[in-house]
Amino acid sequence: MTGPTDRTEPSTEGPVMQGVLPKDIIELTPNVYTEPYWLATAEHRLILPKCTTCGTYRFPPGPFCWNCRAQEVEWIEHDGNGTIYSFTVVRHAVIPEIADALPVVAAVVELPGTGGVRLVTNIVDCTPEDVRIGLPVTIDWYDVRENTTIPVFRLAGG
Amino acid sequence: MSAEEFTLKDKAAIAGVGSTQYYKRGQSVPQLPMELAGKALLTACADAGLTIDDVDGFALYSMGFDTSLFAQWLGIPEVRFSAMISGGGNGSAGSVGLAASAIATGQATCVASIMTLQQAASRFGASFAPRGKPGATYSAPPSPEGNFIQPSGLMGPGNLFAVLAQRHMHLYGTTREAFAEVAISQRANAIRRPTSLQTQPLTLDDYFNARMISDPLCLFDYTMECDGAVAVITVAPDRAKDLAQPPVYVMASANGGAGRWGQAITWMGMPDEYFASSGHRPVAKRAYEMAGIGPSDVDVALLYDHFTPMVIMQLEDYGFCPIGEGGRFVLDGNIRWPDGGLPVNTHGGNLSEAYIIGMTHVKEAVEQLRGTAVNQVQDAEIALVTGGPASLPVSNLILHR
Repeated sequence: MTGPTDRTEPSTEGPVMQGVLPKDIIELTPNVYTEPYWLATAEHRLILPKCTTCGTYRFPPGPFCWNCRAQEVEWIEHDGNGTIYSFTVVRHAVIPEIADALPVVAAVVELPGTGGVRLVTNIVDCTPEDVRIGLPVTIDWYDVRENTTIPVFRLAGG
Repeated sequence: MSAEEFTLKDKAAIAGVGSTQYYKRGQSVPQLPMELAGKALLTACADAGLTIDDVDGFALYSMGFDTSLFAQWLGIPEVRFSAMISGGGNGSAGSVGLAASAIATGQATCVASIMTLQQAASRFGASFAPRGKPGATYSAPPSPEGNFIQPSGLMGPGNLFAVLAQRHMHLYGTTREAFAEVAISQRANAIRRPTSLQTQPLTLDDYFNARMISDPLCLFDYTMECDGAVAVITVAPDRAKDLAQPPVYVMASANGGAGRWGQAITWMGMPDEYFASSGHRPVAKRAYEMAGIGPSDVDVALLYDHFTPMVIMQLEDYGFCPIGEGGRFVLDGNIRWPDGGLPVNTHGGNLSEAYIIGMTHVKEAVEQLRGTAVNQVQDAEIALVTGGPASLPVSNLILHR
């Protein structure tokens, strides 16, 4: 069956990543607060917004610090080493466009040193049965199209 | 104003309940969703011994419909109150609390809370997915916040609650057998009821042979997808006494939750101490305080059951067992009707009677307290009803006869 996954764009050649959604279902719509994050991921860098007043990370990026209500942030680079906080194996396609890509492991990855920032992401190129809460993971990059890259994770040492 | 006046307790009573028949997804066509709602409302008025001309308020929840078309189609003489609890199925129980608020403050005299659902054109199961059909009620076009969730594949409510369930299993050793017990006990309740869409018993083998939808959730951990409508009429207590049915009094209702619960069922950033919860702990505390009761006083619990693990987490969050003990609590038979210590979802719930976004739970609570339930809890005096575990605000309702 010819699915959306077959419509790979020329800018994203390379080994095929398993366990991610089809590229054409992924669309980013940044606002002024989230745009720096996505500009950095396009360069394969993970940066997180940290309050310049009280030092609290906020995620997803937004206009206020939930701790002190200040607005200004500095963007701190993170090495993308994290641990699996929880996950699910998505096996049923709630929309037909993702059917050929399943199963995917959708995971919540906690980033140490951030006061508990968690990314909702995928564990790629893995056997779903190997995924466990608490396992260490490392960041990788799913290049969707020019200027659009999604952070994903791999089991450390896997 | 005294403290006593600053409470909803016994300031309103449910006088009538009504519903359409329940349908499998899409089978209520060609009726319109708002037509179903109107039929349920007229039925609830008749149940109460009222007419549509008596209705002067609407206290609603969830998306997809509003007061204006009701008022126009049904010729409501004057609307004095129209409000909606924000969010989705989280507001089902709370919508009756909202109605009680309108009654208690004299803003309206006869308030309808209604849910209507028709999943022909779009499905609630894809409510966090992009690419909804044009005009679809349930879909989520890409948004700045959604960008952080959607690309992972978490596109349906079940995917999101599966993440909470997985964490609960990790922290407390909760098993799929416990999820199965929720599904099996509710199915046993449902098959005794002529209104139920599920008519056959569910066995442990059936459960473990079912396909996985989003680990650790299988097919039978999920609510059904249905069409139908349910309406509830709330009036002042004195007026209720003169109507057709025994009054069922609003003892307490609360909506809200911890601020950092927030958009819990998308962003997954809630504090660790209550990540694997239903988000209901703050509203449970307030409702019990308002009612002046504790968990041991509840005779029957109608807990919003979109996914079996969330019933277990609510049992914990409402204090029926310690945090983390919900799995063992259900496996010990506590939620079974008629012999368990706390019969839960005696109507079969969203899982096995019909999924009308939690309003069937209010209807069942009323029937239990009138003493007319199909699966009657003997001498039931106090019923707890909850709205869906979800993003803020979650809600509840405590009723007494």
